[in-house]
Amino acid sequence: MASLARRRATDYTVKAISIGFAGLSLVLLAWIIWTLLSRGLPALGPHVFTRITLPPGAGGGLLNAIVGSLIQIGMALVIGTPIGLMCGTFLAENGRGTHIGNVVRFVNDVLLSAPSILIGLFVYQLLVVPFGGFSGWAGVVALAILVIPVVVRTTEDMLALVPIGLREAAFALGAPQWKVVTMITWRAARAGITTGILLALARAAGETAPLLFTSLGNNGWSLNLNAPMASLPIAIYQYAASPFEDWVALAWAGALLITAGVLALNIVSRLVLAKMK
Amino acid sequence: MDATLSGAQTVKGLAAAKPTGRISDPLFVGLLWASGIFVLLLLGLIIAMLFEGGLPALREFGISFLWSTTWNPVTERFGAGVMVFGTLFSAVIAVIVALPLSFGIAFFLTEIAPGPLRRPIGVAIQLLAAIPSIIYGMWGFFIVVPLIAAYVQPPLIEWLGPIPLIGALFQGPPLGAGMLTAGLILALMILPFITAMFVEVLESVPPMIKESAYGVGATTYEVYRNVSVPYGRSAMVGAVMLGLGRALGETMAVTFVIGNATRMSASLFAPGATIASTIANEFPEASIGSLKLQALLQLGFILFVISFIVLALSRMLVRSKLKG
Repeated sequence: MASLARRRATDYTVKAISIGFAGLSLVLLAWIIWTLLSRGLPALGPHVFTRITLPPGAGGGLLNAIVGSLIQIGMALVIGTPIGLMCGTFLAENGRGTHIGNVVRFVNDVLLSAPSILIGLFVYQLLVVPFGGFSGWAGVVALAILVIPVVVRTTEDMLALVPIGLREAAFALGAPQWKVVTMITWRAARAGITTGILLALARAAGETAPLLFTSLGNNGWSLNLNAPMASLPIAIYQYAASPFEDWVALAWAGALLITAGVLALNIVSRLVLAKMK
Repeated sequence: MDATLSGAQTVKGLAAAKPTGRISDPLFVGLLWASGIFVLLLLGLIIAMLFEGGLPALREFGISFLWSTTWNPVTERFGAGVMVFGTLFSAVIAVIVALPLSFGIAFFLTEIAPGPLRRPIGVAIQLLAAIPSIIYGMWGFFIVVPLIAAYVQPPLIEWLGPIPLIGALFQGPPLGAGMLTAGLILALMILPFITAMFVEVLESVPPMIKESAYGVGATTYEVYRNVSVPYGRSAMVGAVMLGLGRALGETMAVTFVIGNATRMSASLFAPGATIASTIANEFPEASIGSLKLQALLQLGFILFVISFIVLALSRMLVRSKLKG
């Protein structure tokens, strides 16, 4: 065995390296945020929110992309949340310890981490090819498929925290299961389930890859979900890779908006979760 | 939690009500089951449609599609070899870089950090996981790529390039974009996932066995290395696999920084392509029903199979430890 002095020296060295690694990751986070602020803020004027995307040099904004994103994310939540909520409830209330429950849980975990671009390809095959064109609806469905597993996971975890005694008390009074679930367990886990929906919203807001082959993007003003629809991530992707200075600046402004929104959602949901536990 | 209060109020209401579940209850439970089954079918449908869409390409090129390194849209000869290699290469670089960092940060968060700092720092590191992929792509493309091209690659090419064997990793012009840059960005993206699971596993180590090691005079690092990490080893391997699985399918960040060249090269500095970046890049040029589109769908199917295997292994390892 090495001498005490040497073991101590190793201990200090490893501790110093660990502190260095933690510091490094914080510095990188700060660097990314600083980059976004320093390049995004100067480009962020009222025109970003009042004008639609225009040709380079014409002083366009991101209005259609922002509105398109909000519509698609909103619809994706409307479709994905109920399915995710019911499936999470199924896992927590009916599927615990059963074979089918374990399989569904496994499949959901795979969906949660599956490459999002493949969801885009899938929806392309499912909706774009048969219906003959890119559409906002296809984008909505792709985002909904990303929303579902996040909601399932948090709903199940949060329902598992509700004490069994609460359910037993309700059942003992003769309440049917739908009443126990909707009036007792869902209410008790309300804050946690909302957190899951916020996290799903944050995930859907930042995803680019699933929209590439579904809603495609649209440089004009369109609220029609049956036609290609603009979205913020797609606009950023197009603009960031362009050779035009004003487009790149708009891409940074959009990137700042998305990141600020997503980080705010994450911090809020973490605060809610921390309060619950 | 206000559960008890609202629970008690509801119970009063329930006591007054007659049993009303004769029709609505089977309906509700049916809905619960249906949504469970729906998620099962969803995954099945995704696999089936990717496979079916790519089948013509597999028929055309045979099983050698999997390893053929030809990708020529002009002559319509396609093979997945370069992209499969690029996907694995960049993901492995990411894991090799992220692993020691995660070990260090998890050690810091569980053993060194003073109580009040632990949560804020932990949350800040988790925020790295929340930043959208495309933001990493832009940051990598505009900030990291020029830095690597100017300060990292030239000295490495000069010093390590001439060494036999290892030198092959450091060949080519200092372009900035390439496998190494993609791997580094991916490492930063998977770091929070691996770290979070490491911390969760390490916190589940019974204090008793750590204390008995401290009791015989072990240092903090020795306890970490010889007690905590071995205790959680299988779940920690699972955590690394999850990180690997995430890195394999990452699209936007990689597309910005990998250089997008469908050529095979062993060099860390050479531009390359992953399955996901190729799909993102070449899809707009592929028309419905074309052989190229079918080849891209087949690539998607291959990516799905690889990720599925990695994620399934990861989950087995993690669940066995944390729930067992």
